Amino acid sequence: MLRFEGVSFRYPEDELGMVENLSFQVADGEFVAIIGASGCGKSTVFRLINGLERPDGGKILVDEKPIETIKNYSAFMPQKDLLFPWRSVEKNVSLPMELGKVPMGEQEKRAALVLEQVGLADYAKKYPKDLSGGMKQRVSFARTLLSGADMLLLDEPFSALDYLTRVEMQEWLLAQWAHYHKTILFITHDVEEAIFLAKRIYIIQDARPFTQMESIEVPLGYPRNREALKQGEIVELKESLIGKLRRSVSL
Amino acid sequence: MKKNLPSVLLVLVLLLLWQGAAMGINAAYILPSPTGILVRLWELRVPLFKVHLPATMGVTALGLLISIGLGLLLAISMDWNPKLEKALYPVIVASQTIPTTAIAPLFILWFGYSIWSKVLVTILMTFFPIAITVFDGFKSTKREMEELLFTYGATKKDIFLKLKLPTALPHFFSAIKMAIPLSVIGAAIAEWLGAQKGLGYFSKRMMTQLDGAGVFAPVVLLSVVAMLTVWVITIVENKLITWRKEI
Ligand SMILES: Nc1ncnc2c1ncn2[C@@H]1O[C@H](COP(=O)(O)OP(=O)(O)O)[C@@H](O)[C@H]1O
Ligand SMILES: [Mg+2]
Repeated sequence: MLRFEGVSFRYPEDELGMVENLSFQVADGEFVAIIGASGCGKSTVFRLINGLERPDGGKILVDEKPIETIKNYSAFMPQKDLLFPWRSVEKNVSLPMELGKVPMGEQEKRAALVLEQVGLADYAKKYPKDLSGGMKQRVSFARTLLSGADMLLLDEPFSALDYLTRVEMQEWLLAQWAHYHKTILFITHDVEEAIFLAKRIYIIQDARPFTQMESIEVPLGYPRNREALKQGEIVELKESLIGKLRRSVSL
Repeated sequence: MKKNLPSVLLVLVLLLLWQGAAMGINAAYILPSPTGILVRLWELRVPLFKVHLPATMGVTALGLLISIGLGLLLAISMDWNPKLEKALYPVIVASQTIPTTAIAPLFILWFGYSIWSKVLVTILMTFFPIAITVFDGFKSTKREMEELLFTYGATKKDIFLKLKLPTALPHFFSAIKMAIPLSVIGAAIAEWLGAQKGLGYFSKRMMTQLDGAGVFAPVVLLSVVAMLTVWVITIVENKLITWRKEI
């Protein structure tokens, strides 16, 4: 379980803080989306979780342990695939294992297994330049998985893809989640994407710095079907979320 | 080949003009003709290829190797330690404005006619561009990639080996290709100033004999060797770096 306890943070270069006295939590195995206007600090929350930034105050706990005392509890997948062009697909996904000193044979075995699972077994020896945008994101996801962490931080992973690929990748991601039972935090600015994917949505409405995220349950079970997005209840939820985001933008 | 056609034509036209001008002036000790130079090159092949080319190549190769070693060492240290960067980088950039050829005679003064005076000139001409280019290569590493590695628990050494080194590899090749002609120039100038063998020395000796074609022949030879070496390096580079278009 991930828990923020009164976390405050400000970038040293900035005048305004980014988050102030923020508390929230995410249960194991949950799929939570975080939405908010661009620039409101969503990515910063991830930077705090994965240790790229240290909070000025408060605590971040994973399974009740402060994150400074534990390792490899989360894995981050950025918006840009950030694949290394000089490494083959196989070597790209093995990177976190290389750094984690996993034995060579074991690396190859796990990489092959995960590439099979994400549907890229035939591309193991190819290079990033040979792949389409959707495939690159799948490789990037496979790399994230192979870090072995139980919590995945996905920062707008599909926002650079075209609409049809994005829709396909969303369904694909749900299938992966069902298979791996990992906790997923998913940043997006696409309300429909958040509703289709997440069990729960955190919405950031405050102007900087934000002190809370409203939690909204999505009244849908899994597995999900795109048809469900047309239900009256869901359409209403979507409208209300868009309304909230709009209000926060106009502030 | 087709896309090279215009430049090949241009070179041919220039050579023809040169040939015409040389035949018009008809004073080989001032302006030898291209064909005259080729003939002289053939006549002088034994001393040129047996004695003087190996001597110059020896200086060039030794100077280049030392430069690469020192340049990499300096680039890596500056990347490793920001304090070193702050102290050294501006000095290196400023030092590139020193006219090396003008201070070359000093080295002859200090090291005499030994190989080291020439090697030193070569090093001085190539060391700084190599260090700067490779260092800039390290600096061109994408910060996001560095951060990603950090979130996987990478150490500073991991980041250097797995990210910075491959990122800087294309820069390293550019540096080498830039350094080869410079090192040849350095060696030839140093030999011109004071030596007992080498293509620079040979060219100067022909000068004293008013043998125009003889002055040009070693220069042509040097240029061809430098071009061939750069060409070979380019082939290796293209084999090794298949991803350049992506960066
Ligand atoms: N690495 C950083 N260093 C300094 N300031 C940053 C950094 N990242 C983000 N910021 C600041 O935070 C703001 C955006 O925060 P971010 O978390 O990226 O928002 P979001 O992901 O919601 O779009 C930027 O406008 C900038 O002022
Ligand atoms: Mg962001």
